[in-house]
Amino acid sequence: MSWRRRLTLALPYLWLAIFFVLPFALVAKISVAQVQVSVPPYTPLFDTQGHLQIDWANYKLLFSDTIYVKAYLGSLRIAALSTVIALLIGYPLAYAVARSPARWRSILLLLLVAPFFTSFLVRIYAWIGLLRPTGIINAAFLSLGLIDEPLKLINTEAAAIFGIVYAYLPFMVLPLYARLDKLDVTLLEAAADLGATPWRAFWSITVPWSLPGIAAGCLLVFIPALGEFVIPELLGGPDTLMIGKIMWAEFFSNRDWPLSAAATVLLLGLLVVPIMALQTIAARAEGRAEARA
Amino acid sequence: MRRIVLIAGLAFLYLPPAVVALYSFNASRLVTVWTGVSTQWYGELLNDPQIMRAAGLSLAIATAAATLATILGTAAGLALARFGRFRGRAALTGLIAAPLVMPEIITGLSLLLLFVAMQQLLGFPGRGIGTIVIAHATLGLAYVTVVVQARAAAQDRAIEEAAADLGAPPARVFWAVTLPMLRPAVVAGWLLAFVLSFDDLVVASFVAGPQSTTLPMVVFSAIRLGVSPKINALATLLMLATAVVIGIAVLLARRTAPGNSAGPTAAIR
Repeated sequence: MSWRRRLTLALPYLWLAIFFVLPFALVAKISVAQVQVSVPPYTPLFDTQGHLQIDWANYKLLFSDTIYVKAYLGSLRIAALSTVIALLIGYPLAYAVARSPARWRSILLLLLVAPFFTSFLVRIYAWIGLLRPTGIINAAFLSLGLIDEPLKLINTEAAAIFGIVYAYLPFMVLPLYARLDKLDVTLLEAAADLGATPWRAFWSITVPWSLPGIAAGCLLVFIPALGEFVIPELLGGPDTLMIGKIMWAEFFSNRDWPLSAAATVLLLGLLVVPIMALQTIAARAEGRAEARA
Repeated sequence: MRRIVLIAGLAFLYLPPAVVALYSFNASRLVTVWTGVSTQWYGELLNDPQIMRAAGLSLAIATAAATLATILGTAAGLALARFGRFRGRAALTGLIAAPLVMPEIITGLSLLLLFVAMQQLLGFPGRGIGTIVIAHATLGLAYVTVVVQARAAAQDRAIEEAAADLGAPPARVFWAVTLPMLRPAVVAGWLLAFVLSFDDLVVASFVAGPQSTTLPMVVFSAIRLGVSPKINALATLLMLATAVVIGIAVLLARRTAPGNSAGPTAAIR
């Protein structure tokens, strides 16, 4: 390999090694430190005599204090529910786009995916305006006489789940569409000729075919949802416990960097398997694309 | 049936922001009562020094971060598209994609800890604009890589080979042939990285210094206090601005990859 190529490769490689991989080592290091009033606000890894100082107290606290345990379980539950709902909404959408006339497909897909790129905060803000007690939905229901007093729509776990589904729906639709678009329609025709009902053909041909898309879409929603902070903070209210909120509070309000670092390590631990699975699926898809080329 | 699904899905995605845009022109201070059309909130917005300063800062950060991301991402995209099977290829692909899905709170906290450690050991970079730029460039890198890689893989290499045969040195071939042919993809990648940076709250909050309050941070603290017509106006402008930028990126990316339907959507595949 020529030196030019080496340089071209070294540039992004080194950058990501320094600014993406190395930081995780530091997170692990600081997670076994203790908070102290100093700059930076944690104890060093080696004391003045050069002895290694490793303290597992942060992890013990995270495993014993119910609020942290509840936050992890809450994150898992909310992320899982959001993923399932996003799949139930995203699948029909992706399917509808894939079955649309060819000239409409790319514009429809773009319309479904574009919101991902437009201001995340603004889109969550829009739902605050709709859901709050004096918001549009409650005002409409009240004026129609459907309810006597405003419903508690915002500051609930349901609102947080709803917000996550809304924000990450494009992540679900895209890989599903990519897969459904390549479905060989003659298989469905053959199934119909052989007497299968459309429903049967859907379950025994379309769904198995789209499984890689389902897996990729679910992982793309589940992984960021698990660490989500903004949505549970703005829509979820104080009772919605998610680990992202705890990390934010420990870091910014309590200035306990070591504890937030330990919480991060545990969150990463939960994410290792989903992220590896996602990379495997992506590598396989690339392999298929190369095989076709 | 297909139409109903699509209309319902698009309404779900677009109605809430549309309501925000509508109410930004409401004359009333009360956010739910419609009293008439007015542009006064836009006027107030432009006269708010805190918001204007934050907007200026965010624009500057996004410009710098997108430029840095474009340099790094173009190199990575070219390497992945052109260098065949090299050792560490899978690792590079994984490394580039990981920041896209990694929860922002993890990226933010870990980058901050790195910057603090670097500050201790080397004396730089101090937390502020520079650290936000580095963090955003790391996130934007992935978008640029994907768009450039798609274009570089689809590109006809005959012209580059012809240039080389006629005696152009590799550097000349790159600047005179390769880069101009990649230009739409490079610009599209730059725009996507720009929007990503301009929009980011979580990572920037971790790595920012006391003097570097970006626009999303101002919006976030305002939203926490509640809904206001002024924030409606700001939100509308933000949506409009990002929609225009993304629109341009899509048009460019379409020219980029003929047959590849979904332009920048490839970036999150």
